[in-house]
Amino acid sequence: MSQVADYPGSVHAAEKTNYLNAEHSIKSWLLTVDHKRIAILYLISITVFFIIGGSMAALIRAELLTPAGDLISSDAYNKAFTIHGVTLIFFFLVPSIPAVLGNFLIPMMIGARDVAFTRLNLVSWYLFTIGGIFTICCLVVGGVDTGWTFYTPYSSSFSNTSVVLAVTGVFIAGFSSIATGLNFIVTVHKMRAPGMTWFKLPLFIWSNYATACIMVLGTPVLAITLFLVGVERVGRIGIFDPALGGDPILFQHLFWFYSHPAVYIMILPSMGVISELMACFSRNRVFGYDFVAYSSLALAGLSFVVWGHHLFTSGQSVYAGMAFSALSFLVAIPSAVKVFNWTATMYKGTVVLDSPMLYSLGFLGLFTIGGLTGLFLASLAVDVHLQDTYFVIAHFHYIMVGGAIMGFLGGLHFWWPKMTGRMYPETFGKLSALTIFIGFNLTFMPQFIMGYLGMPRRYHAYVPEFQVYHVLSSAGASVLIAGYAFTIAYLLWSLRYGEKASANPWAAKGLEWETPSPPPTENFNYKPVVHEEAYAYEPPVEDPEEEAHELA
Amino acid sequence: MNPIPVWPDQASNFAQEVDLLYILLIGISAFFSLIVFVPIIIMVSKYRMGTKANRKLVHHHNLKLELAWTLIPMMMGVPVFLWAAKLFVDMYQPMEAKNALEISVIGKQWMWQLQHPTGQRENNELHVPLGRVVKLTMISQDVIHSFYVPAFRIKKDVIPGSYHSQWFIPTKEGKYHLFCAEYCGTDHSKMIGTVFVMKPEDYEKWLKNEQWGIGNLRRAETMKEAGERLFTELGCNSCHTVSGGGRTDKVPLAGVFGTERLLSDGRRVLADEEYVRTSIYEPDQMRVAGHNPIMPSFKGRVDEQQVLELITYIKSLSGGSKQ
Repeated sequence: MSQVADYPGSVHAAEKTNYLNAEHSIKSWLLTVDHKRIAILYLISITVFFIIGGSMAALIRAELLTPAGDLISSDAYNKAFTIHGVTLIFFFLVPSIPAVLGNFLIPMMIGARDVAFTRLNLVSWYLFTIGGIFTICCLVVGGVDTGWTFYTPYSSSFSNTSVVLAVTGVFIAGFSSIATGLNFIVTVHKMRAPGMTWFKLPLFIWSNYATACIMVLGTPVLAITLFLVGVERVGRIGIFDPALGGDPILFQHLFWFYSHPAVYIMILPSMGVISELMACFSRNRVFGYDFVAYSSLALAGLSFVVWGHHLFTSGQSVYAGMAFSALSFLVAIPSAVKVFNWTATMYKGTVVLDSPMLYSLGFLGLFTIGGLTGLFLASLAVDVHLQDTYFVIAHFHYIMVGGAIMGFLGGLHFWWPKMTGRMYPETFGKLSALTIFIGFNLTFMPQFIMGYLGMPRRYHAYVPEFQVYHVLSSAGASVLIAGYAFTIAYLLWSLRYGEKASANPWAAKGLEWETPSPPPTENFNYKPVVHEEAYAYEPPVEDPEEEAHELA
Repeated sequence: MNPIPVWPDQASNFAQEVDLLYILLIGISAFFSLIVFVPIIIMVSKYRMGTKANRKLVHHHNLKLELAWTLIPMMMGVPVFLWAAKLFVDMYQPMEAKNALEISVIGKQWMWQLQHPTGQRENNELHVPLGRVVKLTMISQDVIHSFYVPAFRIKKDVIPGSYHSQWFIPTKEGKYHLFCAEYCGTDHSKMIGTVFVMKPEDYEKWLKNEQWGIGNLRRAETMKEAGERLFTELGCNSCHTVSGGGRTDKVPLAGVFGTERLLSDGRRVLADEEYVRTSIYEPDQMRVAGHNPIMPSFKGRVDEQQVLELITYIKSLSGGSKQ
């Protein structure tokens, strides 16, 4: 992609010092302003939060094996699903790809030395981690039982749990999101290498740029909303509780004004990863580059005008319901455009089924199902029946776990050699991709069926006729947990025992592959200049011998 | 072991149409799944590394193709949207049916309290006659709940501070689940009940049944009678008159319900259930133009149940309620 002006031995020089071994002290990590080290810090934080949130899912699925609420108490169950949702949404999914892969890759992909505001980047991590620890502490020690949605007036007047502390944590972490988004926007605008025009940018950059816009515009609304919940709870000032003169539905409008776009904060970066993976493992340019790029912006824009589809049964006017339903249908268009273009990327390519590609294909399957079931929920009269049932649970897990986490894991495997300088064991990678795919479907497919049968969400105990579906779902969850645990295990193993990675183990295109693995602190040992389009994969050289063989 | 359920009962006027729409959506999803998954499988097997295939690709974009896969899904979405929207409007538009059975519903942590116009009160159970329009007027006493009967395909959030209504016609005899669908705290999953759909003659018998089960109260008076009694007990009649004539300094309530009222702040509002409730709880919020702010608030003195009874009574003064 770039031309390396005569710089012999650059790879060799960098093998000795890179961003990981440049300094070793704890202080050098905790006070680093290197975007790559900050990405690693984020990776450690979110992995801890993932394990906490995931183990709550295990507890929930264990409880739901039997119809009676017999394993844990109702209050414990309600706290468990609150920890599960709050941790995995605010402290895992939202930062997962942007703060880890985005932080690591955005400067490298655009040929920059670092992000625009390096110290702000470190501040973001501190805000995030402090907010996270704060929230987890009060979730685990005191417990909060409002669900991650903090619906009023339950959260502001009725719950006897530490709601104020929990929302304070989310409030603090919100500033991390805002700062990261701001940092990325400025970085992409101002720090591109010479020759790196907007339409030469990797699509990962486009989708993270769109995500950053949502973070900057949406997160302040969440912060204000949670602040008001705290104000009402502590000061008894009527904002949302009708007993004090407030309006409970106002909270839902404000909350979803952020929290619907938040879904796109989770899925858009994952879509960016998929674009990179489909291109690399098809040895082809991404089909319809412009359409894929613009569809990210379209999704970011649409994400702000569909929040009302969470309120179809809340008593908002039927005309508002109709407008939000129509707009929600429109979301399917840019999503479908992406899926079709990714599929077309394989056309006349050379498909290599390495683990990142398996995750990528898994993403296509699960995201398609997640997207199509979204149409059911956008359809007003059908949503009335499905709202707040397991159908909704299954739908958003297909998007946020099937989509976002598959994309995250695909990207993590793809860039693992770049980030750590080590290869993970490929056979294990394939095995885990397959296990996670099967476990996921077994967990969530039965939930669609019981959702249509009427199984409401957030039920500690349930009527016995749903049991068979819950058992299937819990069985799937155990497969899924095994898959995730296995992945974490062999990735950790590879840090010490993995094969040393070359600069470009996948023969991929992109500036990040032109510098050693792991990269030097300054990213490039030269000043990158970009001449090629993104994904300038060459068609494979025909092997004349094989061709002759085929003809014979 | 129970038989494995695969499809919910269809027991209301909405159920069949919602199911048809759902089946249509399944069809559309199956279609799109095919046109996504089949090409993926073909591409992966045909162009996998090591296979012999023509890999000479000239273009990496194709405008016609892009437009096709943008516009065709969009057009397929339009009829689904319209159908679902029409059915939604049917469900949620206020139903003005003669002879509707008007049930009042109070949701509270963690039970449903339902009352028939004839005064029968039920907890977590609702008995309704087959084939008659049932109209629910619902309010919560504390947090948000949601009234959900899967077999009827209806759901409506039950919200503190304001009334929300829902109607349906039961079409099949039987026992059906009633769930609270909006998370409401500790015993959310125990806020469940049963809806009994009965033949009209059985319903009439049930209303007269002296053998009430646990949790069901036999009321000696209808909701209207209870409202009338409260009206006197609370002293409403010292300032309000329920007949056309009488002392002129009394505020007349006859014929008021259902009319438009001009308020002191210039707003014009419909005198509906919500208006009456607000006038009882916070009289200054909706004071009629020309009236002095002398009515005291009855907040804390009458509960949601009693407000519903008063509303039924005041409604009856305008001929709004049959019972």
